[in-house]
Amino acid sequence: MRAVDAIMECLKAEGVEHVFGIPGGANLPTYDALYDAGVRHIQCRHEQGAGHAAEGYAKASGRVGVALATSGPGATNLITPIADAMMDSVPTVFITGQVRTDLLGTDGFQEADINGMTMPVVKHSLMIQDPRDIPRAIHEAFHIARTGRPGPVVVDIPQDLSRADIPYEPVTDVSLPGYQPTTAGNVKQIRLAAKALANARRPVIYAGGGVVNADAAKELTELCLADRFPVTCTLMGLGAFPAPHDQWLGMLGMHGTRAANYAMDEADLICAIGARFDDRITGKLSEFAPRAKFIHIDIDPAEISKNIPAHIPIVGDAKQILPKLTAEYRAIETDLSRLDGWWDRIRGWQEKHPLRYDDSDGSEIKPQRMVEAIWEVTGGDAIVTSDVGQHQMWAAQYYHFPKPRRWINSGGLGTMGFGLPSALGAKVACPDQTVTCIAGDGSLIMTCQELATCVTENIPVKVFLMNNGYLGMVRQWQELFWDKRYSSVDMGASPDWVKLAEAFGATGMRITHKDELNDGLKTALATDGVVLVDVHVTKEENCYPMIPAGQAARDMVG
Amino acid sequence: MGEPGTKEVLNLADLEAAGGIHTGRKHVLSILVENKPGVLTRIAGLFARRGFNIDTLAVGPTDDPTLSRVTLTVDGALHPIDQVTKQLHKLVNVIKIRDLEPEECVARELALFKVSADAESRGQVMQFTDIFRGKVIDVSKRSLTIEITGTDEKIEAFERMIRPFGLIEMVRTGEIAISRGRSAT
Repeated sequence: MRAVDAIMECLKAEGVEHVFGIPGGANLPTYDALYDAGVRHIQCRHEQGAGHAAEGYAKASGRVGVALATSGPGATNLITPIADAMMDSVPTVFITGQVRTDLLGTDGFQEADINGMTMPVVKHSLMIQDPRDIPRAIHEAFHIARTGRPGPVVVDIPQDLSRADIPYEPVTDVSLPGYQPTTAGNVKQIRLAAKALANARRPVIYAGGGVVNADAAKELTELCLADRFPVTCTLMGLGAFPAPHDQWLGMLGMHGTRAANYAMDEADLICAIGARFDDRITGKLSEFAPRAKFIHIDIDPAEISKNIPAHIPIVGDAKQILPKLTAEYRAIETDLSRLDGWWDRIRGWQEKHPLRYDDSDGSEIKPQRMVEAIWEVTGGDAIVTSDVGQHQMWAAQYYHFPKPRRWINSGGLGTMGFGLPSALGAKVACPDQTVTCIAGDGSLIMTCQELATCVTENIPVKVFLMNNGYLGMVRQWQELFWDKRYSSVDMGASPDWVKLAEAFGATGMRITHKDELNDGLKTALATDGVVLVDVHVTKEENCYPMIPAGQAARDMVG
Repeated sequence: MGEPGTKEVLNLADLEAAGGIHTGRKHVLSILVENKPGVLTRIAGLFARRGFNIDTLAVGPTDDPTLSRVTLTVDGALHPIDQVTKQLHKLVNVIKIRDLEPEECVARELALFKVSADAESRGQVMQFTDIFRGKVIDVSKRSLTIEITGTDEKIEAFERMIRPFGLIEMVRTGEIAISRGRSAT
């Protein structure tokens, strides 16, 4: 069997139904095998788009996303999605073509050392040297990508090796001596954590994307409801706890709610689950949660005590640990009223500092209002992807995610242009769900070529463009911290987005008046096919509240 | 009462983690890896990414042909080593890592010295070589090449002794180490 046909067998054995990519010289054999392999290939318009689509697919479904690219520029165009998948722990496999083995290292046409280039941003990578290793390598890649802390794996296959005739035997056993993630969680530590929770007077549960990755949202909710624990989630964790809810404090961090950040600041015990104390969460590290002890549950031992020393570290899978922790907690007799004072304090912050914006100005559409309107017209039940910037933060603040895997965005790497291709991938993974992309105009133009993919492949995503004519978040920082010297943030003569959508064969719409907002969005959702709605919003609105970079939670402004 | 609960947490949690703590000693990391291309790059990359300098590095085969041993030394006084070892553990091709305490291992390094030595000074240099249990492995009219094996302190001591004679060149292998006692490193 040709090695490339063996690859198809391996993909099918791994349950892969969809792959994203672009063919080229070095992966011609792979595409020949793909022609009638029974795996749907979504031909993207740029490899970065294919990579983000694979990420969106993985984030929406929990399955491994797969992207294919040829050697050289095809492979280098994947680097951003690979790095993005690394930062956000997205289970992905990237299969790249490479030049023939006799050309390796000679600056052959379209040669790039993709393994070398991606080494700092992959969970693992495999360079094929013997075609007989290909089936095992593919299975190892999937195993590594999806287990432990998920992440991107690159498999680089020289063109001549992919054409080799190899004896193919299905691989059923993948064992890697140097790779054995801990999953169970130490029972003694779990007991300690339960005791600490039972004794805490001002506890906060701080959950991150790891809970979503572990499919442990239900288990998290059960722990939180085992008492009246206040819960906050990171940007990546939104949906892990059903919002809105009585115990829900909102998102924490730089643009989180005051209630969530103040609660972290005054907490005596913080239980971090699948979260990594990123600098967007902690602000000034030395003044972060100064009174708190930390329980830190994470599958990746390298995250424990990386930024904040953990008092009770627990390494393992949240899905396995949380039910044990809940059971241990329930076995302890606790004083039910001990959290009364804490909740009084939190309610005080919530009443005094709700998320708010001034919606009084005439016909102008406030960006926050736009997100609320999307929430209303979708019944809070859509998959929402976003790009990176102000619109991302407003989406996170004002779209209340009731379930995990509904909010898909680029958190760690902060990749502009992520929204549209990831929406495309999410829609392929979840064809029966409404998939919307809340896009920024600065971001959308970076990957808008994927509209062609959506139209051609009949992937009906709804793109709601929050158009303020600026690189808004940068403008906000220039306004607040750089004396309003607006340097290269005006988007100038942006395209006519309606015409652009139409040029791609999609439906274009424009909304400029507040009164048209809800009806316009409803019409867009009811319209078949790919729709891009250009919503003109207030140009110079700032995203608040915020912790200025390098400051503490109690220094929040706005 | 104050906050009795949190106090109890403090008492029970003796596991004050070591992250960010500078240990102030030289670390000898003995790393067993799969004998595959690119493994050394991955290891070196993790140090480079955090701006850590690897002081010495030695790589060689082991008794198992599928495995190689990497021994590297890092100045723990300058770098919080804990984070790096955790990251090293995450590399799929890394089988085992030991951060060897100085008293629980024996470490050796090989160094070659090329020293100026004419008829007049040759005897003195050879005397120092004897004292350090070294070997003369090459000789010319105006130079001697000497092999010294030992701990890094011994090699540095020898270097200090012969430098006044005119040290032309020195090459060192970097330390290799093995644990003391019966059990494998």
